[in-house]
Amino acid sequence: MRHLFTILGHEIRMLLVNPSTYIAAVLFLLLMGFVFAGILESYSGVPQETSPAVVFFQLFWIPVFFMVPLLTMKSISEERRLGTLETLLTTPISTTEVVLGKFGAAYFLYLLLWSATAGFFVIVQRFSGDVNFLDVNRLVGGYAFIAVSGLLFVSLGIFASSLSRNQAVAGILGFVMLFVLVIGLRFAASVEAMKLEVMIPVRTVIDYAQVFTHLDDFSRGVVDTRQLIFYLSGTTLTLLFSILGIEAKQIHS
Amino acid sequence: MRVYSRFRMSDSQPAISVRQLVKNYAGVPAVSNISFDVARGEIVGFLGPNGAGKSTTMRILTGFLPASSGEVHVCGHPVATHAEAVKRVIGYMPENNPLPEDMRVSEYLYYRGRLKELPRRRLSSRLDEVLDLCDLKRVRHRIIGKLSKGYRQRVGIAEAILAEPPVIIMDEPTIGLDPHQILIVRDLIASLRGRMTVIISSHILPEIEMTCDRVLIINQGRLVASGPPAQLKRDLLGPARYELELAGDLEPLPALLATIDPSLQLADSPRTEPDAEGFRRLFLTAAPSEEFGERILRALTADDRFRVRGFSRAHATLEDVFLAATKRSWDVVDETPGRKIENPKSKIQNP
Repeated sequence: MRHLFTILGHEIRMLLVNPSTYIAAVLFLLLMGFVFAGILESYSGVPQETSPAVVFFQLFWIPVFFMVPLLTMKSISEERRLGTLETLLTTPISTTEVVLGKFGAAYFLYLLLWSATAGFFVIVQRFSGDVNFLDVNRLVGGYAFIAVSGLLFVSLGIFASSLSRNQAVAGILGFVMLFVLVIGLRFAASVEAMKLEVMIPVRTVIDYAQVFTHLDDFSRGVVDTRQLIFYLSGTTLTLLFSILGIEAKQIHS
Repeated sequence: MRVYSRFRMSDSQPAISVRQLVKNYAGVPAVSNISFDVARGEIVGFLGPNGAGKSTTMRILTGFLPASSGEVHVCGHPVATHAEAVKRVIGYMPENNPLPEDMRVSEYLYYRGRLKELPRRRLSSRLDEVLDLCDLKRVRHRIIGKLSKGYRQRVGIAEAILAEPPVIIMDEPTIGLDPHQILIVRDLIASLRGRMTVIISSHILPEIEMTCDRVLIINQGRLVASGPPAQLKRDLLGPARYELELAGDLEPLPALLATIDPSLQLADSPRTEPDAEGFRRLFLTAAPSEEFGERILRALTADDRFRVRGFSRAHATLEDVFLAATKRSWDVVDETPGRKIENPKSKIQNP
């Protein structure tokens, strides 16, 4: 595992010197800025029941759908396309280290971008002078949710990238997987067939995996170990599949 | 079963030993039953037409691809079970030399050095050494994606020799280089002789002939010939040939030749018609073991029935050997150390 930090350092460095990272970051902050401004506008008009932080985090999926595939689609598919995966795997590094390094770097950047949005709340608090805007508990809950769920989202992106040598395909695949996880499961829970008696076990599973429910719990300050286990085991499984995917392609190439 | 120690090995042990290697891609055989040994410090050239299984064999040697069956040992480590150990003793440059586009040369080499477990202190001095050796000093701060092909190729070679591995495997290191750069690369490889075991594959046969101590020719996944270039020429090409420009009556010539040596004969073809001055080009064939040139020339000039204008020995190139070896579908040469090649009964291939 001693190469893990070499790879991690290298990957983060490559992400930070890459102009596309900055373009993505600017677009992300622009989008989130618009969302935040929109929320503030509606708050200035009509008094609302929930704090702006809650609404802000409820829209987490907008950037996730675009940012995660953008950050991760290049990671393994580009190496495979250029053939550098071969040079990488003929040094004394294991596939596990490669995947973990790439995952770590993408996750680091994901967190970095999200932490930049904390600036919005600080700015609002400073100019309004109202402490209520900086609802610290809700913010901590929201960011904790982002950090924990990000593990699974980013690992899904890495998995998609390990499946294809084409960046675009990997990106779209990642988007679809995230969409199914976040929106698809929510939709599945509301399907009429789910209300049947025989579907109860399936419904229980789907209810466990509701990302929006997790968000609500987190932002209310409830940390459910079942949810933590859901994300952590999901991440482990997805990364495991990525490692197996790379090795399987190597064997059958 | 070979007995090996994990991190120490005796000098007599070959650097690479391959036994009955088989690789199938989805049922299609790419490599079938190849066996060979490479001694320490030897430079071995891998020859074969496209799709012969050169790259596949090299990838198996590096532990990147698993073999379907067979045994491969690199520096005593079995590749199948101790791939980690094997990866520590090899420097590998894959086909087409893949490099990251957006890194600087020194940055890339530094990163690779760290991955190859060179200690940080040793790395910077070694980096200078390698950059110097590969003549990359001028471009060390340039971005790899913007380098010319020759420089990129040298970056790949620098990367392969960076950690001073005992075994270096390079898949077509000279592809796409101009003659001047090929010369540099050839000198570079030759400078590794004795210190490192080198396996290179190439299409450029003169390259292999000049740099390699031994040549392995594979065709359709089988080892068809192996040995030093000179020996291959002798064994595979059969009789030696002499070219003669001669004027005079040809009738008494065979008799004269027979007096020199019974194996010496006048080749039936190609035989040209006499030119304006009565000279024609003739070919003589002889047993390959001896040199008859001087005696033929002396006998012909002493005889006043003939006038000689030109005389030369037709030198076979490795190219002829290659063509001869890969043309037929013949018996696989099962190489065991110290054993000579079977002399195939085949037709002579000449340019």
